Amino acid sequence: MSDMAVMWLFLLGKILLFFGIVFGIVAPIMIWVERKVAGLVQDRIGPNRVGPFGLLQSLADGIKLLLKEPLLPREVNKPYYLLAPIISVIPAALSFAVIPFGPPTTLGGLFETPQRLQIASLNVGLLFVLAVTSLSVYSVVLAGWSSNNKYSVLGALRASAQMISYELASGLAVVSVILLSGSVDLVHIVDAQQKIWFIFPGILSFFVFLPAIFAETNRIPFDLPEAEAELVVGYHTEYSGIKFGLFFLSEYSIMTTVSAMAVLFFFGGWELLPGFTWAQAGIDIQNTLIGTVLATSWFALKVIVFLFLFVWVRWTLPRFRYDQLMGLGWKRLLPIAIFNIFIIAGVMAF
Amino acid sequence: MTTLLGSKRYYPKKTNPYECGIPSEGAENTRFSVKFYLVAVSFLLFDIETVFLVPWALSFQKFRHQGDGPYLFVVGAVFLFVLTIGLVYEWRKGLLEWNR
Repeated sequence: MSDMAVMWLFLLGKILLFFGIVFGIVAPIMIWVERKVAGLVQDRIGPNRVGPFGLLQSLADGIKLLLKEPLLPREVNKPYYLLAPIISVIPAALSFAVIPFGPPTTLGGLFETPQRLQIASLNVGLLFVLAVTSLSVYSVVLAGWSSNNKYSVLGALRASAQMISYELASGLAVVSVILLSGSVDLVHIVDAQQKIWFIFPGILSFFVFLPAIFAETNRIPFDLPEAEAELVVGYHTEYSGIKFGLFFLSEYSIMTTVSAMAVLFFFGGWELLPGFTWAQAGIDIQNTLIGTVLATSWFALKVIVFLFLFVWVRWTLPRFRYDQLMGLGWKRLLPIAIFNIFIIAGVMAF
Repeated sequence: MTTLLGSKRYYPKKTNPYECGIPSEGAENTRFSVKFYLVAVSFLLFDIETVFLVPWALSFQKFRHQGDGPYLFVVGAVFLFVLTIGLVYEWRKGLLEWNR
C-alpha cells in the first residue's frame, strides 16, 4: 500500500511542480521578459516600478485583471462568450500533461524502476499533443463569433484559416520525426536522439516546423488575427478582466508547449550535446538525483532559449500581408514538407 | 470567475460593441466570403492524408530492419505522389490564391 501512496504522491508532486512552474512562474516571467525586451529593442526602459526590475509587474497585472469589473457587452452570445476563454485554457493545460520534462528517473533510488517525469505517460504522446493543440481553434472561433463584433469575427476567421493551414505543415514536419525515431512516444523520440539530434538529418523539417509553430501560436510575423492596427485585437476585442487574462495565459503557455515540442523533436530533449551523452560525461541521469536535476535543468534551459527566440522574433520582424501568409503556408511549406518526407524516407530505405 | 461578486454598473455606451468610439454601423452577422470555407475543406483532405502517413512512418524502422525498406519507400512515394497531384491541381485551379 505504501508503494501506492508513494506513487500517488509522486504523481501529485509532478502535477503541482509542472503546472505550478508553467502557469505560476514561466507564463508571468515570459510576459515580463517580453515587455522588458520590447523596452530594450525600442530604446525605452520597460516595466520597472513593481518589485525589483519590475519583476512583479505580471503579478500586479494579474491581480488587476482578477479584480476588474466583469463586463458583459450587450450584443454578445452569452454562453459561448463565457465558454470561449475556458476552452482556450483547457488545451493549453492538457497538452502539458504528456510533455516529459526530464529523463525517466528513480529519484536517487526512491523507486525500483525508473519513473517517467511526465504527468500522463501516454505512448502516443506526440499524436496527443498535435490533437489537443489543434483544439484551441475552437476557442478562437467561439470567442470571435459570440462577441458579435466585426473585428472579432474577422480576427477569428483569419486565425482559424491560418491555424489549420499551418497545422498541415507542422504535421508533415513531424511525420519526418516519426520516420527518424520510429516512435510516437515522446520519451522514445528523445532516446532515439542519443546518437544524433534530429536537427541534423531533419534540418529541412525543422525549418518547416519553426514558422508553423510561430503561426499556430499567432506570434508576430504571423499575428494577422490580432493585428492591432487593422483589427484592434481580433477575436478577443470584446473581452476584458479575467476573461482576457485567461486568453493571455493560454497564449503564453501554448508558447511554452510548442517550444518544449521543438526541443524534444529536434534538439534532443534533455540529451547533453549532439553525439556526447550524459553517460559519456560521467553523469548517471537515471539513478542519481543530481543527474536528474541536471538533465531537467538542461531541458528547461533549451526551452527557455526557444522562448527567447519567440520574443526576439516578435520585436524584430514586421507583419506579413494575409495573402502572403496563406501563400507561404500552402505553396512553400507544404511542398517542402512533402519533399522532405520523400528524401528522408528514401535515404533511410536505401 | 468568482469576481461576479464585484460591482456592476452597466450603461449603454459601455456595453456597446467596440467600434473605435463611434456607434457601430450595419449588421454584425454579415456573411463572409467562401474562401475560408475552401481553405477548410482542403485542410480536411490534406490533414486526413497526413494522418495516413503517420502509421506508415511509424512502421518504417521495423520494416527497414527486416530489409523491406525499399518496398515501404515505394508505397509511401506513390502516396506522396498522389498527394502532390492534389496540391498541384488546387494550385492550378487558383484555390491557393487568396485575393482572386
